[in-house]
Amino acid sequence: MTVEKAILAVLTTNPKKAPTGVALFHCDNQEEMETIGAKLEAILDGIAHSLTEEIMIIVKH
Amino acid sequence: MYIYPVLFGIFTGVLSRILMLRTDYRQYPTYLHGKIIHIALGFIASSLGAISVPALIKQEYTAITFLTIAASQFREVRNMERNTLSQLDQFELVPRGSTYIEGIAVAFESRNYLVILTSMATTLVFVWLGLLGGIITAIGTILLSRVLMAGGKIKDIVDIEYVEPRFEKEGLYVDNIYIMNIGLPKRQKEVLEYGMGFILKPKNFNARSTIANLGQRQAILHDVSTALGIYRDSGTPALVPLAKRDLDDGRVAIFILPQEKNIEKAIEIIGNTPTLENAIRMPTKRKKVEGGNES
Repeated sequence: MTVEKAILAVLTTNPKKAPTGVALFHCDNQEEMETIGAKLEAILDGIAHSLTEEIMIIVKH
Repeated sequence: MYIYPVLFGIFTGVLSRILMLRTDYRQYPTYLHGKIIHIALGFIASSLGAISVPALIKQEYTAITFLTIAASQFREVRNMERNTLSQLDQFELVPRGSTYIEGIAVAFESRNYLVILTSMATTLVFVWLGLLGGIITAIGTILLSRVLMAGGKIKDIVDIEYVEPRFEKEGLYVDNIYIMNIGLPKRQKEVLEYGMGFILKPKNFNARSTIANLGQRQAILHDVSTALGIYRDSGTPALVPLAKRDLDDGRVAIFILPQEKNIEKAIEIIGNTPTLENAIRMPTKRKKVEGGNES
């Protein structure tokens, strides 16, 4: 199955601001967010985009 | 009595097809088998062209229907090229894009018609004026085919300038044109290390519409990535060459990740990308409608 133009996962250090309804990863700090983001990018074949300092999304293009 | 003119016509036709069949940096057709297919079809085309001349001289007018068979045959060539290239395109790191493929397919078809023209003209003049006339016509038509086949280049319609790509927070920019959002600092570092940015400034209003075409932009990215290599693999979707447009003045920013970071070579390759027939727009050639606004 291929998903196009969809948010595959959300990473956040501030759970209050994160959306619901998608796979959400709570991270303790920026550093953890970047490590998990890099791994997810490779696994999901998506691009890690940063929306704010607290929220990062993985999008398949 | 027509055997020599016909043989000479066929020979000239095949020769012109071979001369038009170049393997250059665009890497197509690379393989021996691909070449054999096109030379064989060129032989058929030139035979048809050459034989039609004595047939018409003998007042066998039905011979002209041969040419219609040829036309449908060569449309098939176009389909064949389109199908092959579309299939292969799925596995390219930087695809050619449909517009480029269509352009290549059309070129392959039209080359066969040029071969028919060459052999027909050569045979006709040979019958009429003898060998010397035939040779002169052969050279003339081959040169004409070369002129007809050489399309425009990107450097004719735009000025190309190198600009170092930069990040504004997580947004990647080339000059003032936004390219994409890259979230991971590690990727951002890679992009700055390997990335190169170029600004294509259209020379006139027509050029502005031509380089705005997505197919044309993809063709540029494909050509540069083929020639200079690409820092990319499957599973690294963030490392992708992109071309984005400035909506205000129609400039196009090209962002590439070449294996070999050579500014002069890159500018040369971008400049030598063909302007695709299907992308060329000429809004200024529009006839002014009576009572319409002047523009």
